[in-house]
Amino acid sequence: MTFDPDKARKELEGIEREIDALGNNSSDRATEERIEQLSEQVRQLRADLATHPSAWYRVQLARHPQRPHTLDYVQHLFQDFTEIHGDRGFGDDPALVAGLARFHGQPVVVVGHQKGHDTQQKLRRNFGMPKPEGYRKALRVMKLGAKFHRPIISFVDTPGAYPGIDSEERGQAEAIARNLREMARLPAPIVVLITGEGGSGGALAIAVGDRILMLENAVYSVISPEGCASITWRDSAKAEQAAEALKITAYDLQSLGIIDQVIAEPLGGAHADPPKMAQLLDPILEKSLYELQQMPVPELLERRYQKFRLMGQCFRDGTG
Amino acid sequence: MTWFRREKQRLQLPESTHIRTEGLWIKCEGCRQIIWKKDLEANWNVCPKCEYHFRLDARERLRLLLDEGKYTEHDAGLETTNPLDFVDLKPYPDRVRSAQQATGLKDAVITAEGKMGERATLVCAMEYSFIGGSMGCVVGEKITRAIERAAAQRLPLVVVSASGGARMMEGTVSLMQMAKISASLARLDEAGLPFLSVLTDPTTGGVTASFAMLGDLNISEPGALIGFAGPRVIEQTIRQKLPAGFQRAEFLLQHGMLDAVVPRLELKAFLVRTLGFLMG
Ligand SMILES: [Zn+2]
Repeated sequence: MTFDPDKARKELEGIEREIDALGNNSSDRATEERIEQLSEQVRQLRADLATHPSAWYRVQLARHPQRPHTLDYVQHLFQDFTEIHGDRGFGDDPALVAGLARFHGQPVVVVGHQKGHDTQQKLRRNFGMPKPEGYRKALRVMKLGAKFHRPIISFVDTPGAYPGIDSEERGQAEAIARNLREMARLPAPIVVLITGEGGSGGALAIAVGDRILMLENAVYSVISPEGCASITWRDSAKAEQAAEALKITAYDLQSLGIIDQVIAEPLGGAHADPPKMAQLLDPILEKSLYELQQMPVPELLERRYQKFRLMGQCFRDGTG
Repeated sequence: MTWFRREKQRLQLPESTHIRTEGLWIKCEGCRQIIWKKDLEANWNVCPKCEYHFRLDARERLRLLLDEGKYTEHDAGLETTNPLDFVDLKPYPDRVRSAQQATGLKDAVITAEGKMGERATLVCAMEYSFIGGSMGCVVGEKITRAIERAAAQRLPLVVVSASGGARMMEGTVSLMQMAKISASLARLDEAGLPFLSVLTDPTTGGVTASFAMLGDLNISEPGALIGFAGPRVIEQTIRQKLPAGFQRAEFLLQHGMLDAVVPRLELKAFLVRTLGFLMG
């Protein structure tokens, strides 16, 4: 029997709803056992979905030149987008866009990596690989948003931070590090949308938030599959194998507790129908923002801290 | 993330970079002179002739910084449980086991408490010879606990980095350690306690791009390689040779990324003095 991802996805949603319903009731022994049983089914379904289609196939989809990028989502999801430029220190980085906008009438702040669809755009946007001034601009605009109590929406889609002489001279590492520390304490709700390639530190630098949502065919990794393959197997052609081993798909990362929710894409992938993709995203984004805005800021920040604090509890105490 | 390749190179010339090898003498990288190993070790792995700084392992680093070389280690037993079931040419747990056997450590950092210039201080020292000093969930957890301990006990924190970055075999889990540590540093910052970051040779990738660059003071040693991307990755990207001295401590100092480059033999005095200014 062949695996049907659509059917599996529906089944998964059903089970997750059932777990939520059970979890809300008083928990007796039988309920706990039922939840455990259902959780096992969830793990299995997520594992199947992670490999259908394969991780490597999803990498291709995530990098598809026609895949919607930040400014495409801006066009479909927001009104009155007003771009804000520059880091007030060195320059303006076209690989990372930032601005003010309205989402269902509500003022928000938007930041995101920006790739290009054609060669000219790709070159202008440096293939979506920011330099330090890009990350510094993002932080400046996010701080502006927080000052005026505006929620922040961050779109993540980059092969990585740009590895160049100028990047190093201007402190790429410092820029990323500062964003990580400051985003952890920005007093405004932050929703992160991983829409395409989540390329390592260059992605994480705008991906610390209260809700981490990820499109079904997006990937999020510490290293590119090609990079991993050339290091471990000394053969970049083994990228397919590396993509699998690195557990970079949305379902894998949900199982690892790194992202909160997987967002389904239109048939064939987001590039097949960008307006439809935005339409699928819209209610989930709206719900996330609504939930976060109900929370007092100290609670929001405490939860954000605990969220990242608990990532990677993958150790044991091997004393003795 | 390029530690594998560099590791290989080092295997071809062990006597020039590794100190604890057989033989009584080694050739200095800096001055090309032959030096007695015991002279070098007695001088904290700084060449007595030209002051070239060889790498210093985590235990020696703690002995250098803490009074009488005495300290209490925290969380010494933590070891990884292999979150991704990662297998490449060799299963990841096998790599961890050989690193544990070679170093006597469970993972790539020692977190310790001791006195530094008579002041109780938390000091973390990374071990580069443990899978390239790479940061996975154990390094992330131990450093985070040290930061939280510093805040709770109102102690200053010193972290000595030596790392190729995030640990590939723990994938995105290791990436998240950057965010986790940085978030706890935000709290230490708010608690008004000093964090001195010492970046030693080499400090690159996700370690530089998180806690190592977030010190109240960022300090390095002469000649240390410090960067976000590894030199090889940059060369491949821009297809040109890198300028001499690129990504060395002196280059970073010149570009405003470091507060000071301090020779190893003066490092402890520097840390003690600056903590005295900050903590009164
Ligand atoms: Zn010498």
